[in-house]
Amino acid sequence: MELLVPEFGLVILQTIAFLLLMFLLAKFAWKPVLAAIKEREQSIDDALNKAELAKQEMARLTSQNEELMKQARADRDEILKEAKILKDSIVNEAKTSAQTEGAKLIEKARIEIENQKKAALAELKGQVSTLSLDIAERVLRSQLDDKAKQQDLVNNLLKDVELN
Amino acid sequence: MDCSHVFEFKFKRLIVVFTLFSAFLLVSLGANAQVDTAHHAENTHEETAKEKKFDIGKFALHHISDSHSWHVIGDTYIGLPVMLYANGKLVTFNSADFNHDDDAKVVVEKNGQRFVKMHEKIYLASASANEHGQYVELDEKHHAKNARPLDLSLTKNACTLLLSVIVLLAVFLNVAKGYRKNKGKSPKGLQSWMEPIILFVRDDIAKPNLGHKYERFMPYLLTVFFFIWFNNMLGLVPFLPGGANLTGNIAVTMVLALATFFITVFNGNKYYWKHIFMPDVPWWMYIVMVPVELFGIFTKPIALMIRLFANITAGHILVLSLICLVFVFNSLYIAPVSIAFAVFIGAIELLVAFIQAFIFTILSALFIGMAVEEHH
Repeated sequence: MELLVPEFGLVILQTIAFLLLMFLLAKFAWKPVLAAIKEREQSIDDALNKAELAKQEMARLTSQNEELMKQARADRDEILKEAKILKDSIVNEAKTSAQTEGAKLIEKARIEIENQKKAALAELKGQVSTLSLDIAERVLRSQLDDKAKQQDLVNNLLKDVELN
Repeated sequence: MDCSHVFEFKFKRLIVVFTLFSAFLLVSLGANAQVDTAHHAENTHEETAKEKKFDIGKFALHHISDSHSWHVIGDTYIGLPVMLYANGKLVTFNSADFNHDDDAKVVVEKNGQRFVKMHEKIYLASASANEHGQYVELDEKHHAKNARPLDLSLTKNACTLLLSVIVLLAVFLNVAKGYRKNKGKSPKGLQSWMEPIILFVRDDIAKPNLGHKYERFMPYLLTVFFFIWFNNMLGLVPFLPGGANLTGNIAVTMVLALATFFITVFNGNKYYWKHIFMPDVPWWMYIVMVPVELFGIFTKPIALMIRLFANITAGHILVLSLICLVFVFNSLYIAPVSIAFAVFIGAIELLVAFIQAFIFTILSALFIGMAVEEHH
């Protein structure tokens, strides 16, 4: 079969052409192409990894934020509570102090009143005694004439005196 | 969406099957009718026997073999440069000088040397013509016995070879330029056509067979894959830039197979050679095993060579034979059938073009992988 006998000239040409083609393609096509593909794959992988990391970071930050919010809320509540307690205590204190102060004032006023009353009474007593003496003097002067009348007068006067 | 797709696919398959069936029916009917007419003709007209009988085998073989001139159409040929190295001298002339003679009847005299062409081979011409007017001496099988110069002519195949080298360089230098231009970005244009195939060669051919050492052999595998594939496709183009049966030429497949052979042999590690010369079998088995293994080193590339050659050549012969049905039956009515068949086979050949490139490359990768494999 003639078809099965390789033509020597074509073998030589094919060898030269194929080696040349392989050399040129390897140097100017395959090397840069494969390198570029590899680089791109690497960059895609990197980008995906980075995205994954960013997602995790994001989740972490979100949870952290939540934690912070929670903390802040708790703090706020605490502060409010404390403020309320403080307010209550202040109010109470004010109340008690006002009460004591009032009580003191009232006591003072009472003592004053008592004193005034005592003074007034004393003065009154003094006056009464003066008056009584006056009366007595007058009565004695007028009544000394009439014994019965004297008696009545003294009795009546004494009655009045005892009312005080 | 899915359902309509399936339906469409089934529908297409149905059309193909139906077409094939009707084509087959037509061919068998036509053949019967033709046999009848031939029989009839034989009986009645004696002169039909004198008509040159159309030899389909000769026609097909002529078309798939290499040629010194490029047949365009009808009687139009393009003369190709002939380059010969004979008796220590380089001789060049245009193949048109033979006047498209292929029976050694026209002698071209150049630089004091005389050449004739017979069956697309160039011989040193005999001093005088034989009884048929041929300037060669024939043996009993009608083969020329004359000496042959070293023929480095740019034959049809050599021109296609150059063309395919240029096309491959143009395509892949453009692709490489794309990678420089769109650095780190998505591929564009020609680049995005070729990238999936380059990745296919890398991920489905090289990596599974060669493991982590694949990078060293990528240039060879890619070159061989695209060389075979492009030339297979170019061979399917029936008119001028294509039509040559380059990858169906044994010289070409031999060089490709030899490349795989040399890469395998030169990259074979100690485990590979140990497996061949000292396999893990009882020593008395060596008598059988070593020759078998040694033989295997050579049969693998030979199988590669024959497989590619036979597949592509067979495809060309098939298409040519189907087209030739018109001439065999000598009837124009057979044309639709032969064209339908030729289109069908052509579609299959498109697939074969890819598959053969794939098979050659994956087997090369496999053989190289066996040679460089590390045993643990």
